[in-house]
Parts: sequence; structure tokens; C-alpha cells
Amino acid sequence: MAQEDFRWPAEGLARIPDWVYTSAAIYEREVERIFHGRTWNYVALEAEVPRPGDFRRSFVGPTPVVVARGADGAIAVFENRCAHRGSEFCQDNRGNAREFVCPYHQWTYDLAGRLVGVPFRRGVKGEGGMPASFRLEEHGPRRLAVTTRRGVVFASFAQGMEPLEEYLGPDILADFDATFDGRALKILGYYRNTVPANWKMYHENLKDPYHATLLHSYLVTFGLLVAGNKSAMIVDGNGRHGTMASARPDKVDVDAEARREMRAFHESLKLADPRILDYVREFRSPWSVTMQTIWPNMVVQRELNTLGTRQIVPKGPGEFLMIWTMFGYEGDSDEMTRHRLRQGNLMGPAGFLGLEDNEAMKFVQDGIRAARGGNAVVELGGDEEGTSEKLITEAAIRSLYRHWREVMEL
Amino acid sequence: MSGPAPAPPAAELLLRLEIEAFHGAYCAALDEGRIADWPRFFTLDALYRITARENEEAGLPVGLVYCEGRAMLEDRALALAKTEMFAPRYLRHYVSNVRVLGSDAGVISAAANYLVLQTLVDRPTTIHQAGRYHDRFVRDGGHLLLRERHCVYDTLVIDNALVLPV
Repeated sequence: MAQEDFRWPAEGLARIPDWVYTSAAIYEREVERIFHGRTWNYVALEAEVPRPGDFRRSFVGPTPVVVARGADGAIAVFENRCAHRGSEFCQDNRGNAREFVCPYHQWTYDLAGRLVGVPFRRGVKGEGGMPASFRLEEHGPRRLAVTTRRGVVFASFAQGMEPLEEYLGPDILADFDATFDGRALKILGYYRNTVPANWKMYHENLKDPYHATLLHSYLVTFGLLVAGNKSAMIVDGNGRHGTMASARPDKVDVDAEARREMRAFHESLKLADPRILDYVREFRSPWSVTMQTIWPNMVVQRELNTLGTRQIVPKGPGEFLMIWTMFGYEGDSDEMTRHRLRQGNLMGPAGFLGLEDNEAMKFVQDGIRAARGGNAVVELGGDEEGTSEKLITEAAIRSLYRHWREVMEL
Repeated sequence: MSGPAPAPPAAELLLRLEIEAFHGAYCAALDEGRIADWPRFFTLDALYRITARENEEAGLPVGLVYCEGRAMLEDRALALAKTEMFAPRYLRHYVSNVRVLGSDAGVISAAANYLVLQTLVDRPTTIHQAGRYHDRFVRDGGHLLLRERHCVYDTLVIDNALVLPV
């Protein structure tokens, strides 16, 4: 499509045109303006790289990066791309190294991503080799700006980024700090999955409290979330981040009207082992569940006591990779760790909620892929935007697209 | 243990055949969609876990599915039958390279490779997961039951979702 064809529907933010999810040109612009633009991108937890030399392979948008801790304890983030021919020189998802050596021609990088060695730089017996003008310091992978908060590492291709706290804004920061509350994190493990859908759908799904009681009948059936619960969809001042928050009721009491609306409600079904839904109150927060979307590539999951980060790695307009890092805290008892693991059955690509989200997003992408000129209807809650305490609203999605259109100039 | 194994005694061959018959019945229940039968292959105190090989090798305990006790398996079977939304699909489990690793105080340790093929009704068949079962069996009357099954998959990146058990 030519530039002029990307015309937003006349209805404004009450519609989202299909091309935001399907166009390769739009995707390229997103990589440039969003992932490589003025954003803080989640890349790792410090607990994954506790010692000097520890590294983790990661991504900023679709771009492979390495997160490494130097001998001085500082964390560096740099492109996983050899300055010579462009190969992804770090191939292990995690590990410990003194330096990184590209396996192709053994160009060597230190833990900060600086090029420190080129074999046969002076040639053999004075013949061949690099020109005398070649300077190591003028070559090397792009090194990113890095910031950390409470053990969470973010990186940016942009220089002169505002501090993370300002980037998140006070309302988002409050719930972020409730999960990352100063206790040292203990990594419990990873899930990885692809989703054959546009990466923005993952944000939208977590800015859409409407779907929670309808798609996830598990939540409703077993009394974890019912329409009428105390809840909020919190949005930052720029409309890009969000916290979907709810406080679980002490007992399930769904009135007849709400029950009729939620076809999924099976009052007769009971869990044989209800421990999966136990909530140990361990957070300084009024919410028992907060699902945070940190623009552009992070989700912070605090679903009762099962905790994790999710990293969104876009792979083009129609697919993204999701990396889940599940964690608890150092000092958790064995029973608390097992409680987190049991509760982990709710989330992830085999989780009672997680698998349904992935399936639903696949259905949407399949539905719009072949279509031409279609729009999503985003009218719940009228034209309100920003934070809302209603469940049946799409205000946060409209806020996101106000921001997106501004950055994308569309 | 390394290198070629000596010819096993007849009792071990019989045990291996018995375990293969167990795998056959287990896979049939899953492939035929008899999800409510699946927990019956486990003891009441069973541990069932599906995890990525990267977690297993790093000693990380997380499970993509993590069930302590048959009741949790029953709850998963119930949820899959009654509450979970997913696209229709066929599964086919293949189990091979069955090895009996030892027997101690009535607990039989065994391992086997598995392959799960998934067919969505509008897509070609794909290899959804390649992995290895690490099992502990006990006898209950005339039957073998799983007291522990760790499904450790090599397919680190899961295609969208793992809906049904492995």
C-alpha cells in the first residue's frame, strides 16, 4: 500500500483499521519509530545475570541483542551482530563468558560489546590484513542505553531517554513496584512460544477487561473473576502503558443478570484441588491481580502468587515470539515455590488463561489476514479514554491508538 | 551408563513390554480425546510436569503444566472438557526408545522418547513437540501407574499453545 492508502477511518478511535495488523510497511515503521525509537524496552531480569560474565540473549523489537554483566558489575546491552559480516555471534540463550568470539572469523568482543580483536589484522608475513586506517573503536555492534529498576533491565536505541520512572508515570510505577518490591528475585524457569498474530494484539488483549469474563470461563466458573468485582484498567498519561487490576472477592456471588450474559458460567463445576486459586497476601497492593503492559514489549504478570515477565519479540506484522520468565523471591519457602508452580497452570502457552488468549489472537489474525478494508469496532464505553474502573470498556485501547497514531504520524 | 548394553534378561524384556503397553493405552486415551480417562494413569499422589529442556538442564523447576496429585490432573481434564476455548484439533502421540532404567523398592524408573503430531483442521500436520518422558511407575494391583512423569521437550518454542496433555 502506498502511504496515502493508510487513511484512518472517519469514526476516529472507535475503529481500528486492519492494516495496522497486516501491513509490512506499517510494521517497518513501527520497528523504526517504536522499538528503535524513544522507548525503554525490557531485555532481562538482573537475577538472570547475577555474576560478572553472565549473559542472556535477548531482543529489542525484532533485533537480537546480548545482555551481559561486566567485570565491574555493570550491565551492558549491545546488538548481537558481528561488526564484520553481521552474524549473530552469541548463540546460547544464557551462559557465562569472558568475551564473545564470533565463530565465523573470530572477531572478538568484550562484555560491554566493544570490538577488541580481529585475527590477522596485520595479514600474514606483511601481506593482506586490514588497511592501516582500520580502528577497532570505530567498529562494533550498536550499544544501547541501559537502565534498571528493582532488578528489571531495560534498554533503548535512543540516547537521552527520560528516566524509566518518568517513562512509566506514577500510576504504572506504583503497581510495577508492588511486584518488584525490593525482594531479590529467584528465577523459576522459562516458556517460549510464537503467536501467529500482530504483536499489538497482545497489548490490546491486556487493555481489554471485557474479554476476561467472557473468553476465560475458567475464571468465572471457579470464581476468580466475576463482573462486578472491584477492578480497574489503569492507563498512564501517554496512553501507552496499562495495568489491568482486580481484587478477588471473598465469596462468589454472581447475580442472575450477569450470569445470563456470561454463557460460560457453570455453577455446578468445582475444582477437586482448589489450591490453584489460593492467594497468599504478600504484596503492598489493594489488587490481587495486576497485569501490566509496559510499552512496547513487556508484560508484568502478577496473577495472585504466580509471577512472571513476558517479552514480546515481533517477527513481522503477523507473528511474534513470547518469552516468559517465571519467578519467585529468594527466601520463598519450598511450599511457597510449589504454590507458585501450581498456580502457574493458569498462565503460559498451556495455561488455562494463557492458551485461550493465544488461540483468540490467532483467530483474529486469521480473520483479518485475507480481508481488505475491514475495521475493528472499539466502542465499548463510548468515547472515554484513559483510566477506568469499569470492566466493560475499551477506553485503554483507544488511548493506546491515540498514542500510536501520534508516534506513527498516521 | 554408556555404550551398547548387554542382552537384557527375560524379566526386563517383559517389563519393557508392559511399559510399552502402558504407553499405548495412555496415548490412545489422549489421541481419542478421552481426556477424562487421562488422570487414571496416575497414582493419587502423582507429580506430572511438562517443561522445556532448557529448564530441566538448568535445574529450574517451572512447569508449562505442573500438577501435584491426581486431583489437579482431574481439574485440568475438567477444564479442558468444560471451560477451555481452543480450535479443534487432532493429536497423535508416538512413544519409542523405551528404556527401563532401574527398580528400587517397588518404584520402576523408565524413560522414553515422545513425539506429538498436531493437526488443526485448516492446516497441515505439524510436529508439535519432540521430547522425552522421565517416568516413575509403581504397581497397583495388576496395573502400572505413574507416580511421576516429567515430559521434557526439546521444542523450546511452542507453536502458539499446548492445549492437550503430552
